[in-house]
Amino acid sequence: MLDSKIPAGKLEEKWTDYKGHCKLVNPANKRKLEVIVVGTGLAGASAAASLGEQGYQVKAFCFQDSPRRAHSIAAQGGINAAKNYQNDGDSVFRLFYDTIKGGDYRSRESNVHRLAEVSVNIIDQCVAQGVPFAREYGGLLNNRSFGGVQVKRTFYAAGQTGQQLLIGAYQALERQVALGNVKMYNRHEMQDVVVIDGKARGIITRNLINGQLERFFGHAVVLATGGYGNVFYLSTNAMGSNVTAAWRAHKKGAHFANPCFTQIHPTCIPVSGDHQSKLTLMSESLRNDGRIWVPKKQNDTRKANEIPEEERDYYLERRYPAFGNLVPRDVASRAAKERCDAGYGVGTTKQAVYLDFKYNLINKYGKAEANKQGIQNPDMETLIRLGKEVVKEEYGNLFDMYEKITGENPYEVPMRIYPAVHYTMGGLWVDYDLMTSVQGLFCLGEANYSDHGANRLGASALMQGLADGYFVIPYTMGNYLAGEIGVKPIPTTDRAFVEVETKANERINRLMNIQGTQTVESFHKRLGKIMWEKCGMARNEQGLKEAIEEIKDLRADFWKNVRIPGSIYEMNPELDKASRVADFLELGELMCRDALERNESCGGHFREESQTPDGEALRNDDQYMYVSAWKLNGENSWELEKEPLNYELIKPTQRNYK
Amino acid sequence: MNLTLKVWKQKNAESGGKFETYKVSNISSEMSFLEMFDVLNEQLIREGKEPIAFDHDCREGICGMCSMYINGRPHGPWHGTTTCQLHMRAFKDGDTIVVEPWRAKAFPVVKDLIVDRSAFDRIIQAGGYISVNTGNAQDGNAIPIPKENADKAFAAAACIGCGACVAACKNSSALLFLSAKVSHLALLPQGEAEKKDRALNMIAQMDREGFGSCTNTGACEAVCPKEIEITNIARLNGEYLGAGLASDTRKH
Repeated sequence: MLDSKIPAGKLEEKWTDYKGHCKLVNPANKRKLEVIVVGTGLAGASAAASLGEQGYQVKAFCFQDSPRRAHSIAAQGGINAAKNYQNDGDSVFRLFYDTIKGGDYRSRESNVHRLAEVSVNIIDQCVAQGVPFAREYGGLLNNRSFGGVQVKRTFYAAGQTGQQLLIGAYQALERQVALGNVKMYNRHEMQDVVVIDGKARGIITRNLINGQLERFFGHAVVLATGGYGNVFYLSTNAMGSNVTAAWRAHKKGAHFANPCFTQIHPTCIPVSGDHQSKLTLMSESLRNDGRIWVPKKQNDTRKANEIPEEERDYYLERRYPAFGNLVPRDVASRAAKERCDAGYGVGTTKQAVYLDFKYNLINKYGKAEANKQGIQNPDMETLIRLGKEVVKEEYGNLFDMYEKITGENPYEVPMRIYPAVHYTMGGLWVDYDLMTSVQGLFCLGEANYSDHGANRLGASALMQGLADGYFVIPYTMGNYLAGEIGVKPIPTTDRAFVEVETKANERINRLMNIQGTQTVESFHKRLGKIMWEKCGMARNEQGLKEAIEEIKDLRADFWKNVRIPGSIYEMNPELDKASRVADFLELGELMCRDALERNESCGGHFREESQTPDGEALRNDDQYMYVSAWKLNGENSWELEKEPLNYELIKPTQRNYK
Repeated sequence: MNLTLKVWKQKNAESGGKFETYKVSNISSEMSFLEMFDVLNEQLIREGKEPIAFDHDCREGICGMCSMYINGRPHGPWHGTTTCQLHMRAFKDGDTIVVEPWRAKAFPVVKDLIVDRSAFDRIIQAGGYISVNTGNAQDGNAIPIPKENADKAFAAAACIGCGACVAACKNSSALLFLSAKVSHLALLPQGEAEKKDRALNMIAQMDREGFGSCTNTGACEAVCPKEIEITNIARLNGEYLGAGLASDTRKH
């Protein structure tokens, strides 16, 4: 049975009590304890840096050529914190409440409350590190608003917030490397976890430069390896983002929670053809100032600027007057799909809607600037010119990126956007300490399932990654390692290490020996198509059952017919990719099984069988108020364990953004 | 469109390398440059040949991993653009495109178009940070920072560490990269305390890594995909000079 180890006491006092009573490790003992951190995104880099500062001996791993490249770097819009600098009614409680509601009541209250509490410390920490957040003329921090909330609590650095936060964490990490507290291993990919007597004691990695397998010991292992959106082939994830570390941990006994909870982000640049290798996000922050619309007429072939105002359907403002363009992502995505499916889509593929900045560019920014500069009765041209300058400062890099990819100038014509896979709320199951169901194996950031329920709110992923790494793991790791101070480092010549390495080696050899006819990429694309069509924005029983069979067939085909060029003991990116795709081929099946089992709609998980008369997601709290934690029992055979969700403070209701 | 590619092939750091010629056809103008490479690699694998190794990850111009020297220019012909954001609209049917890795002593080739840029990490380790441990930082609004300084710090901090500046420089100097970090931190009050040591230590590390010196040709600024300005180097020089002249600075 899973024990979530939620501390007793009142919700708002749990974390303070925990910190006051958790076990500690004295400085002399910390130096004798080794911790492995896999992944160097926001969660991993902040964890490795903070644990290094505390005095543990840390080994950190990333598959990229530098820890600074982790995909957190690409996060655009911002990071939430309950600072209430805007005096608009924000508080820890409200951030907590918004996150639980945004997640459609499928997350754990205690974890989310802690997240809201530490959110304020994150901003302070980042400012102290030199993260150059956007500021107002008075020199104080600026905020913008994001979807699913009615306050302005998002801190940002133009459209490059993830970059700036990651550089902050990366610099803190490199400082620890320089001090000798962290040893950094670049271009290393984790192959497996070594578990000895029920506890995680190390990892096996593959050196991606020479193909050698290497063994590493740790008294504890932290996985901060990101999400698995690339199971869909096309997503906003980086090309290298993968599920491998989490999946191998799952095979070693870590439960996988809510795998079907996937976030489809409403505002991405649409697919342009079969050659497409990835999709590019246009930040949610753009919905602050952009209005989403489609023509009122079906199959309207006119250019956007030729369609007069009264013939435009601002469907989000029409359907959700209270939140308008700032409804949560799952709601906005489904609404876009609904319009396109009904024949109102735009662009050559008709799988797109418009995101239009003209209104705010003129009316909000243009007029404000004109006022500031004392220009009386400005003409339209002046307003557009002045507005453009402000928009450029706020989102310039995003507009440039859009133009490079599409060849269209979004200052002149509306952006064409469509939903795309962006984030995975599911991940390894963790308890309140962020420990998986394997002792001593922790999981942070997007890789765990912890805080976002069935739908993550915008600007909350950065918050969670840094909360886990800077402010949670430093306490919960000590609480665990206090019981391990007597454990001497286990030599990696130990039989357990040798066995796990041998297995990893066999798997790689098996892959290389297939010598089939089809490329890794072709299998990945086929898997992605199945997942997108049958386990994407809308799911139903029949489709999911078909998908499970199709994935099984595809997996069998892969292990018979994949062709991997080159050899094992050299740099071989095709082999790296094949190993990751093999794991996606197993994960995909579990996602479909999870989606099939959960016969309700909640957040990003939309079962067509379960909707309200006006097409909104319909939860079924009587039957599905739980976290689905899947335990692997054998080759592609799983058992479902349920962690019931108990709401002490919040009363779950039908989400309403109208 | 149909294209001819001349691409640098090199097995590993120890072996020599040479250009190989490839043909690709049916390339659409909507493809990114790396998607064109994907097409070529798929073709090579199907023909039983070795694909071309190249670094890439986010494919949205921010991770800094992609690094191709295209027709004699880092990241290719478009201004302020990474290789992954370069699209095939930039080329026309029948073109021959020459692709090489970054070339610099401090960036040894790992394989084909992939180089080892860990020297940049070591330059950061030498002082590219503010020494503050996690926990108990004061309120983020305790020290107002003039917007102009915050904006300038941000512009410098936008560096993605790709190394194009080094690849473009005839001296293989890393000074634009280094000065961007020194400027980012020196422009903020939080970075003030360590600014002398930072400039001296980072430059000492740059020299140890085998990067060359700056002779102000400005090639780095011209090719930087994030348009990091060369004025950062001027600021660095000021910081360096100030630190070097200060009599209380130890041992440098």
